[in-house]
Amino acid sequence: MCGIAGIIYKDGEHNIGQDMTRMLQSMKHRGPDSTGYALYAKPTEHVVMRYTVANTTTPRDYEFQGRLKRNRAEVESRLARLDAKIVSNEKETDYAFRVTLDYSGDLKQIADQIEDIPDCEVLSLGHSLEIIKDLGDAETVCAQYHLDTFSGTHAIGHVRMATESDVDISGAHPYWAYPFSDIAVVHNGQLTNYFQWRRRLERSGHRFNSECDSEIIAVYLAEKMSEGMSLEDAMRLSLDELDGVFTYLCVTADALGMAKDEMAAKPLVLFEGENMIVMASEEMAIRAIIDHEIDTYDPYEGEVMVWTR
Amino acid sequence: MDAITGENQIVYDARGLVEPDCEVPKVSKIDGEKATFDALDLTTRQINLELRWLINEEGVTDVTVQNPGAKHSLAVGLLTRCKITFEGSLGYFGCGIIDGPEVHIKGRVGWSACENMMSGTVVVEGNAGSLTGAAMRGGDLIVKGRLGARSGIDQKGGLILTMGSVGANTGFMMQRGRQVIVGDAGHGLGDSMYDGIIYVGGTVRSLGVDCVPGEWMDSDAEFIDRKFRIYDLGTPPTFQKFVCGKKLHNYDNLEASERKLVL
Repeated sequence: MCGIAGIIYKDGEHNIGQDMTRMLQSMKHRGPDSTGYALYAKPTEHVVMRYTVANTTTPRDYEFQGRLKRNRAEVESRLARLDAKIVSNEKETDYAFRVTLDYSGDLKQIADQIEDIPDCEVLSLGHSLEIIKDLGDAETVCAQYHLDTFSGTHAIGHVRMATESDVDISGAHPYWAYPFSDIAVVHNGQLTNYFQWRRRLERSGHRFNSECDSEIIAVYLAEKMSEGMSLEDAMRLSLDELDGVFTYLCVTADALGMAKDEMAAKPLVLFEGENMIVMASEEMAIRAIIDHEIDTYDPYEGEVMVWTR
Repeated sequence: MDAITGENQIVYDARGLVEPDCEVPKVSKIDGEKATFDALDLTTRQINLELRWLINEEGVTDVTVQNPGAKHSLAVGLLTRCKITFEGSLGYFGCGIIDGPEVHIKGRVGWSACENMMSGTVVVEGNAGSLTGAAMRGGDLIVKGRLGARSGIDQKGGLILTMGSVGANTGFMMQRGRQVIVGDAGHGLGDSMYDGIIYVGGTVRSLGVDCVPGEWMDSDAEFIDRKFRIYDLGTPPTFQKFVCGKKLHNYDNLEASERKLVL
């Protein structure tokens, strides 16, 4: 089933960590397996990278703690070799870290070097995007990663009921559009031409960290945008080129978009206010952050909408 | 409790929604045959238990529910003639399988509202999600906003009237009853319908398989005028009428009337 949510403010920064937690927690029943956030803070000159050095399915054997330390040390060593100066390095959990880097080179190089280390995965990389995802409900993940004070302009989130791949961090949404910075996607549905698109994109040099069909959308959109297409045009094209039933949300550094397949098989409820646009799989998620009566509606089949902050 | 249990009586509750010990909250203010309660801090099950308690045991016939908060599955399975007013929106599956109540929703409804509704009236002031009135068998469902996709799927009777537009595959496999759509209709209108009538005031993006324009009758105008008058919806616009072409399924002279007898 899964639940997705998105919010974009037009009047500056708000506590989007808390907003998204409330929305996702209210949809816990749609996906108890994992919860994920893509949060957009004010862009900085530094590169922000979120990464893990082990997955939740990695065996917790006697060597586990030792591997975590060795992997983290190897990450720092490889960053140094790439002339990426670590400005700050925060430990979020035993296996998840957030680093800010003074780096002006190719971000793909960083991602490739880090993910070459066994069990390591880059969750997000960019100047404003931060992806946080883990097992458990929204309140659990929020407390674990201290998201209740995260300030920013827009965000998407996801609660997952795993159907297509494992229950682990790699299979959790949102997906970062490797190797393109600051683009992320959450998705509710199934893509039926997943393998076809995965092979095409792999032949173009892209890598995939999971077996989850949703990861395709992020990379697909990012590739189209890298060819010069706008976010909205890329999303419209996806309705023709991606098969299946889906509603997905895509975010970039300054925009948030939604797309719904031609059958309108997956829900999305939308509220467009003066200073904020909020959407979610269920209205109760919107009500979780708005305490007065509002008019909401379901976008129709084949609709694509994009808002900028 | 009746949650799914195995040999070892292990409760499956991965979503944390099972309420095995839920009791009637009894928080309503009762004034004769009228009652009001605030649902803000109540769960779905508590709200439904409160409604049943008021209607079935306290003799209340007019209930106002404040702050329903778009919670799911509210006011389902009510089989008594009564009035219920929701001062806000409902989530999924609102007013399902009802037989008799007059429900007024001063907000919107999510997916699958009034599924399998048998009789009564439901008036929604706002919009409605997809699958509204699915498998509906009787009664009137009036939506003053717009409807999502597949409204009236498998509809077996009753009326679905919307003052706005509708999404794709409205009336899919409709078997009986009527839909009145003041606005536009999405693609695949009336796809694979067996019977029933769909009236559209706006444009139709495309007709579904075996859905064809129907011959306008005086009784069509009389029916629409009467419903607009009853629900105070103003003057009805000009409608196009669509019916089943009866080319898709196996029909014979007797089949249609026999089928109506059993439905």
